[in-house]
Amino acid sequence: MQKFLELSNIGIEFSTDSGVYRALTDVVLKIDQGEFITLIGHSGCGKSTVLNIVAGLLQATEGGVILSGREVTSPGPDRAVVFQNHALLPWMTVYENVELAVKQVFKGSKSKIEIEQWSMHNLELVHMQHVHYKMPHELSGGMKQRVGIARCLAMQPKVLLMDEPFGALDALTRAHLQDSLMEIQKDLNNTVIMITHDVDEAVLLSDRIVMMTNGPAATIGEVAVVDLPRPRDRVQLADDPHYTQIRQQVLSFLYDKQKLPSISPKSQQQDNSVKIAAPKVA
Amino acid sequence: MSQNSIVDGNFLADMNRNKLFNIRLSHIVKPLCVSSVGILFFLIIWQSAANRIETSLGQFPGPMQVWEQSLNLVDDYQREREREAAFYVRQSERNAERLAENPDTEIRERMYTGQATFPGQIVTSLYTVGFGFFLASIIAIPLGIICGLSENFYIAINPIIQIFKPVSPLAWLPLVTMMVSALYVSDDPMFDKSFLNSAFTVALCSLWPTVINTTLGVASIDRDLINVSRVIQLSTWKHVQKIVLPSAVPVIFTGLRLSLATGWMVLIAAEMLAQNPGLGKFIWDEFQNGSSDSLGRIMVAVVVIGFIGFLLDQMMLALQRRFSWDKQTIVR
Repeated sequence: MQKFLELSNIGIEFSTDSGVYRALTDVVLKIDQGEFITLIGHSGCGKSTVLNIVAGLLQATEGGVILSGREVTSPGPDRAVVFQNHALLPWMTVYENVELAVKQVFKGSKSKIEIEQWSMHNLELVHMQHVHYKMPHELSGGMKQRVGIARCLAMQPKVLLMDEPFGALDALTRAHLQDSLMEIQKDLNNTVIMITHDVDEAVLLSDRIVMMTNGPAATIGEVAVVDLPRPRDRVQLADDPHYTQIRQQVLSFLYDKQKLPSISPKSQQQDNSVKIAAPKVA
Repeated sequence: MSQNSIVDGNFLADMNRNKLFNIRLSHIVKPLCVSSVGILFFLIIWQSAANRIETSLGQFPGPMQVWEQSLNLVDDYQREREREAAFYVRQSERNAERLAENPDTEIRERMYTGQATFPGQIVTSLYTVGFGFFLASIIAIPLGIICGLSENFYIAINPIIQIFKPVSPLAWLPLVTMMVSALYVSDDPMFDKSFLNSAFTVALCSLWPTVINTTLGVASIDRDLINVSRVIQLSTWKHVQKIVLPSAVPVIFTGLRLSLATGWMVLIAAEMLAQNPGLGKFIWDEFQNGSSDSLGRIMVAVVVIGFIGFLLDQMMLALQRRFSWDKQTIVR
């Protein structure tokens, strides 16, 4: 049966000055509608590359992405991306940033008033309606990211792609935004692929955690199913043995199986089952 | 500062207010004092040096002579204005007489064609540089945007930019003159040829900083913003309008400022050769005139040119502050 979103045997190569660099190989992932997936792995393992291929910002060398029966060939608002550094246009107000996307996506199908209401409604979802008139530089990092999320939600994407959305935020703001995101996802039932470095964040938010091996030629190492009941509460989960066990599984993948070497081996020959971590490529 | 005011806290408030006021005052007064001292020293050195330099046109002008000549130029201007007013009064009286004699007379209104005055020449210069700069900008900004968007186009055009950029205005002028003479043929010309020659030369020379800076500004847009534009599928035109242009505006303004400064410098040389009735021609005429006042008058023009250049730059700065979204960077 065809899944909502399929990543079938994705591989990608980049040509660099020192020859062809294979970043990803044989990435296979099937995602259900409404599922929350996190991608976790060490820096440089190609998580962002996977996300960019799904977004259509990069083209896979092999394989491809199929979203509800259609192949992804270019970027589009049905795969909205939340960028790590919010990517708000600094010369527009908060409202105008959201409105630009709404106007573009719903031109022809929404009237002027509906566009305005829909933009404001999405700002309300992230609790940012009260600062709609402000410029991005007047907001804190967490607030900017909220607006970035509102802009994406406003496009009513089939999949919401989040590239380390909370990576640049402090721990408290991050927790706050995680709670907001869980709430929104519960209400809207978005399909989400999110990149993170944070194991706790992954376990708290996801339905499945996709763990990636180190590059070059990175691929999916393990997938952990997080079958904790929702709604989840971070304080209660801290004592939950099942939570601890999943957390343990991810940690052991990252720090035992995919440990970054202190000395970089030059070995380029490796098969897919035994991965030796190789030097990062910037 | 009685005991009472200390008790009720007014004293502290007063003291703070005084302190703040003093700080603000020192921000204004100190630079003013220091630069006044600098200017004063410069004037003294200038005057004493000028006193020692004898030229065939008399002594080199010091600040005193410059001041004298600037007053003279103002007088000249006022005299010329009076003559002009008198001319129009005479003309209308004469016309009225003619009409009284014969109501069917065709009345001819003649423009007064007196000597060019110094303020008039300043206006001509400003008008010319403005026209040339405008022309340069409407070519340079779109060209820069295309260069910034398309690397291939940039690679194709870059050698041409690099070669034309360092060309002196004097090299262009004969070519421009011949081109204008050949192509701008009209019985009732809207512009003088000398004006067009000067303006085109200004445009050719002030094109490059704007082209280069616009290219730089457009090519260095944040990748994330470009990706946002791709995700929401903005059309090329909307992409330029909503993302590229606003993003590049601060750098474009840097280019425009450099262009205007270049244009103003080039203008003086162009006017000398093209005989456009502006400040350049004023200097040239005074030089040819060779009276004992000439050097002083030229020096007045030098100072005025400097001041106007400074004011033009300040004007661009004000525009940049007004139109650039990037309020955090300090523009200077």
